[in-house]
Parts: sequence; structure tokens; C-alpha cells
Amino acid sequence: MDQSTPQAMSQGIYQGVSRRRRIQPAPENFLTLEDIARRRFLRRSLALGGALTAAGAAGVASAQAPDPILQLPEHSKTLGQPVAARGYGVPSKHESNVQRRESPGLTRTSLSSIAFAPLQSLFGIITPSGVHFERHHAGWHDIDPAQHRLMIHGLVRQAKVYTMDDLMRLPSVSRMHFIECGANTGMEWGNVAVPTVQYTHGMLSCSEFTGVALSTLLDDVGFDAAKARFVLAEGADGASLTRSVPIDMALDDVMVVYGQNGEMLRPENGYPLRLLVPGVQGVSSVKWLRRLEVGHEPWNTREEALHYIDLMPDGVHRQYTWINECKSVITSPSGGQVLLDRGYCEITGLAWSGRGRVRRVDVSVDGGRNWRDARLQEPVLTKCLTRFRYDWVWDGSPAIVQSRAIDETGYVQPQIRQLRAVRGTRAIYHNNAIQSWQIAESGEVSNVQVY
Amino acid sequence: MSRCTDEHARHAEQGNAPANCLRGKRKALLRALSVLSVGCAVSFMALGAGDKPWSGLGRAATPREIAAWDIDVKPDGSGLPKGRGSVTQGQEIYDAKCASCHGTFGESNQYMQLAGGVGSLRGDNPVRTTGSKLNYAATLWDYINRAMPFQAPKSLTADEVYALTAYLLYLNEIVPEDATLDQTSILQVQMPNRDGFTTQHGFLRRDGKPDVQASACMRDCPIEGKVTSRIPDYARNAQGNLATQFRVVGPYRGADTSKPEPIGPLAAARQALAGQVAAAATPQQSAADLAKHYACIACHGIEQKIVGPGFKEVAQKYAGDATARQALMRKVRDGGAGVWGAIPMPGQPQVAEADLVAIIDWVLAGAK
Repeated sequence: MDQSTPQAMSQGIYQGVSRRRRIQPAPENFLTLEDIARRRFLRRSLALGGALTAAGAAGVASAQAPDPILQLPEHSKTLGQPVAARGYGVPSKHESNVQRRESPGLTRTSLSSIAFAPLQSLFGIITPSGVHFERHHAGWHDIDPAQHRLMIHGLVRQAKVYTMDDLMRLPSVSRMHFIECGANTGMEWGNVAVPTVQYTHGMLSCSEFTGVALSTLLDDVGFDAAKARFVLAEGADGASLTRSVPIDMALDDVMVVYGQNGEMLRPENGYPLRLLVPGVQGVSSVKWLRRLEVGHEPWNTREEALHYIDLMPDGVHRQYTWINECKSVITSPSGGQVLLDRGYCEITGLAWSGRGRVRRVDVSVDGGRNWRDARLQEPVLTKCLTRFRYDWVWDGSPAIVQSRAIDETGYVQPQIRQLRAVRGTRAIYHNNAIQSWQIAESGEVSNVQVY
Repeated sequence: MSRCTDEHARHAEQGNAPANCLRGKRKALLRALSVLSVGCAVSFMALGAGDKPWSGLGRAATPREIAAWDIDVKPDGSGLPKGRGSVTQGQEIYDAKCASCHGTFGESNQYMQLAGGVGSLRGDNPVRTTGSKLNYAATLWDYINRAMPFQAPKSLTADEVYALTAYLLYLNEIVPEDATLDQTSILQVQMPNRDGFTTQHGFLRRDGKPDVQASACMRDCPIEGKVTSRIPDYARNAQGNLATQFRVVGPYRGADTSKPEPIGPLAAARQALAGQVAAAATPQQSAADLAKHYACIACHGIEQKIVGPGFKEVAQKYAGDATARQALMRKVRDGGAGVWGAIPMPGQPQVAEADLVAIIDWVLAGAK
């Protein structure tokens, strides 16, 4: 058997656990007598458990195969790469499965499409900029920041043009917020449609954004506080995408952003300038931001009158459905995964609300009959992802796990049938239902609906 | 409006800076003196409320610039430029520039369906089209003007946009065949779904009232306890093999969806997993990536026709034809028409030679 292949190595690891004599003691002089006694006890238990495990992998073990952890690996015997071998680092080559992905057949062209963020593979609450979800309406460009301008006009005392230099000299602010597309989980209104959390919830990402408070800019142009009710934001891409933003949000926490996670925005996320409307469906956070116009009524733009409108059962569309209501999802264990073993299994996931902070997340491991509080990882910030965790021991029998978030307004994340009862199944947008994942005896996890 | 820069500040010392700089400078001096006068040794000061020393950044937008940039049209027609266009003129432009994606009668649902479905929104099978959904004709004008045609936005004149708007309204039987639209008559158009919108909902404001009230039941909650929906077995691999979509270390692996779901307890599944560990996909610039890069896929599907034929259909048609490779390369370069229907394929001279070879070979090999 070739010991250099990952397959052989992984089998070797199972062997190592199963063969008592191959476990080597650590230097005993670093341990107290109590430690040593505990280790001996642990070793005996491990050997016992290991023997059971080995039964499953029977036939794989070979008495002659050397234990790979006894062989010094190449990287311990050779020189590595020098500093700055990569002027801007990239993830390990072993991480190449972690990718943004399109959902086959969802859109007709990748130029006006969606790439979903791999939520199942992310830790904490920050989405690495390179896998932030993408939604473009006419493809993305890498715009020369020296040529880019932002114009602000309309109901203002002095219409102005800003260069990127100007904007980056203005007083800046950094805040962490999620961006969620209004259509996130939209494929699941009628039934289960896609297998993994990447596709069910991956139009969601969270970053630390840096830029200028829109209130600073509106003040700088002397906006007409008596008449101004809305601000139109327009992108510089081929779609010249436009969205209306209410003035109370604009003055509250909307930002004109150039920085993301310590670096400039990535081109796919609007380089060099985008709007960020916290808590509101992502389309309002207009990318490649070029123009802001202050006005007294919303614009009824194409993205407000043909799309991003929610069809109700009576045939009427809800228009200007900005807010993303409170929602959560378990990212592990989640659809498409296979658990490695019975025993301790940390349930973890993300919760968020467009109306403020997450107050509480409950987890059920029995399909929604009984619920317990999950631990919330600090920081818990407004209109930002919150990471939750729940300690669980999987006994190997089938289970259905769910999470349910409650935000600071007291709003409780609903079941899909409760949403359908009011909105039917044709709304496309704003599906914030409780997500269920079924764990089979085999350890494989699938997307299911139970409500 | 002039900027107050360091240079201005230097000029200010010589008494010839812009007035607002001088004022700022004088104010700063006064403040510095007052701080010194209370005996404070700190030489940097916090700004007082109302101080905005950044207000010189940016410059005034000129009326000409605003006129050029301010392209939006509101539903009441404000912002519409002068111009006019007829249904007949619109049809000519539409057939040349729009029909390839939207269908000759606006019926194509490959891209946005433009016509049909009026009155269908209430019911189980709403036909969502521009005609059935849109509330104001001026918004249609605005969108065509800013974003269409898809591959060449902002290439139409105002007259052409009026003509196209007229033609689309005609296709939806909203205006007669002899209609002509201009910035006045477009406001007379009554869209069928004018009153089909509501803002009476809780999503408009952060303190809006939610329409669904759920309970936070904690114990013995009423549930039916059965799975009502799941992905059917035949669609198990529809998103590609999930084994390549998960990290190769950690508490779990991606399921190998190229095989049926394992039945039974954990051990069997784990043995299967051991065989696939670390099967990380190596990303490379494949011919499929090239087809994306050159936007071939805007018009060609892998399997089937979008505007032009699907790549697999092409492979099938030319299977065993030794001359196909050269012929197809020439067609992509120079354009062609007639083989797959009336819609011509424009020439693509921008595709690099090596890339073209890779794409054609990939297509002929079945676009796998």
C-alpha cells in the first residue's frame, strides 16, 4: 500500500488508534504523577473504543503498515517557501473545495446570476472577502479608482462630485454588518429544492465594512431636511442598477463603503465604492456606486417594480419590502454532510436580524418538539451575523436538527407553514423559515421540511 | 467650491487663500490661543461640535454634469427626455436587437419574458412578465434606456427607447398598432397592473409590524413529526458531487452524491468516506471557464438552446465530421447564421486563437 496517498494515510490513522502498542508516550517528565495516571486510564479507554471502531474498518488494517505519525514528514526535513513568496496570500491548496458556487439551472447566464457563499465551511461570523456571495445584474468590472466619481445631487444646497481621494479623506467609520439577498432561501418556498446550506442560505455574507457615513455626505451637500424623503442610489455597471433608500435609514447607519475586512472592496463586491444599507435586502447596497440623488418619493425603479417585489396569494405585489426579518440556520451539521462518528457533535450556526440584535437562539434535535437555548458567541452586534453553538451527543439514531432565532424586538423566526399561510408560495423573497436538517443513521445529513 | 488644502493654508499665511480657508484658519488660530490661554500644553485639539474641517472636500457638480448623469425617470414621467417613436419603428429595432433573447413576440422566458400573462398573477400559476407585473410605462422606458440591450447597454437613442417601449406595450395589447409614444403620450398609458402593488406591510420600516407571529414554544410543542419534503433520489447529484464541495478535514465530509445514499448505520458510510478523503478539486482554467470568460454562455447553454444551440447539440450535430473543427472556428471568428435558426451569431474576433481551439475542441468533445 502506498503510504504517501491521503487515502492510505487516513486509513493509517484509524489503525494507529486501534493498535495499542503504537501509541507512543509523551515525555513523562513534563507530566505530574496525576497526569500520568489519567493518561493510563485514557489510553485503556481509547484502546477499547478503538477496537470497536476498527471493526468497521476491518480489512483495511495491515499489521505491517508503519504508523505514519512515526515517519517525519518532508516538511520537517526540508526548507519551506521564503517570506513574500506570495505578495498577497491565498488559502491553502487543501482548501480548494471551499468555493463560491452557482446553482445549476437557476439563472440563464452567469452574467446576471448568483454565486452562493460556502457557509458550511466558514467559522465565526466574518465571511472571507474572496467567498462573499455574488449577485451581479450585468457582470462585474474592475473599475479604475482614479477615474471613479460619486455625484450627489437632487434636493441639496450644493450638488457635488467626489473623487475616491476625497471620499477616503472624509471621516471614516467601520462597522460589521451582514448582507443578505432578499431572495435568499427563495428556492424553498414551495418545497425542498437544494441540498446544502450553501444553496439554501448562501446569499448571505458578513464583513467589517469601512467607509463614510452617508449622513456625513448628505450633510456635506446640505440636503433639504424638510423635503428629503428618499435617496436614489445608482451603480456604474452596465445595469446602472438603481434602488430607493428611505431617508431615515440613510441618516441612521447607511454607509458609503470602500473597505471590507481590512482591504479594499473586491471587484465582485463593488470596487471601489458601494452603498451599504444594513439589515435591508442586499440589492439596496448598490455596488460600483456612482450617483446618489436626494428626492421626495421612491423611484419605482425596475428593481422595485418588476423584481424584488413579493407576490401575495391575492395577486397583489408587496412593494418596497426592504427589511430582512430575523432568521437563523444551522451550518453544521447541515445538508450534504456526512458525520464522522457518533458521540459529541457541536451544533453551530448563524443567526441575524435586519431589525437589530439577536437576543436568543433555540435549538431542537427532535424535529421541533423540544427546544433548548444555544450559546451566543460574542460579539452580538446589530444587523450582523451572530454565531451560536449547542453541545450535543449524537447517539447514531436518526435525528432532525433545527434552530430558531429571536431578535431584540421579540420577533420569533417562524415555520414555513406559518409563512405560507399568510404569503402563499409565490413570494420568492423574504423566506426566513426555520430550516430542518435530517441526520440519517448513516451519518448523512439532508435538507428536509417538516412543517 | 474650492478645496482648502495644505497649499491654501500656506497661501493663507500670505493672505491670498480662498475665503473659507481663511475663515477656517482664523478660527483655528483663535481656538489655539484660547487653549493656550488656559495653560494647556496639549498642541492637538479635538474638534468642537459643528466643526467640519472636511467640508472643502469634493467639488461642485456643474449643471452639465448633472444633466448628463441624471438619467432616471420617475413613474410620473419626470426625467423623460424629448423624443418619439412608433410601434412600427420599435418592431424593427426589437427584431434586430432584442428578439434573440426575449423572443419574437416577447414570449421567451429564457430571459425576462416581456409579454403575456396579464391577469394571471392571482392564482397558482402566475405568468410573471413585464406586461403582467409592471405598474408604470415610464419605468419601462427608464429600464430599457439604462440597461438594454443586455450586451450593449446605453447604446440606444431616446427615440429608439420610445419606439421600443411602444412596441412592447403593443405586444402586450396595451397600445394599438399605430401608436406613437413621446414624453407626453407615454403618461397616458395605463398599465394593466397599475393598482397591483401595496406598501401596506411590515417590511417598509425597521419598526414595521411583522405579518407572521410565531411562538417560542420550548417543550412538547405540537408537531406532526413527519417529513413533508425532501430532495428526490434522482436529483441527488443535481448540484454536482457534494463530496467536492466540503472541506477535507473536520467533523464531517461532503457526501458522495455520485453514488446512492448509503443505507444503514454509520460504519458503512465511513468506510466509503475513507476512500474519498482529500479528494479536493483542483481549480484550473478549463475550456468551460473560457466559455464563461468570453460570455459564450450568455447565448449557448451546455445542454440546450438559449439563443444559439446548446454545446452538446453542436457536438451531436457534428459528431464524426472531420471538417467541423475548422468550420466552427471560422464561424465563431466571423459569425454565421442559418444552421440553427434565423438569429445570426455575431463574429467574435476578440477570442484568442489558443482559447478558441480549446473551446471548440471542448464543445466538439461534448462540453463535459
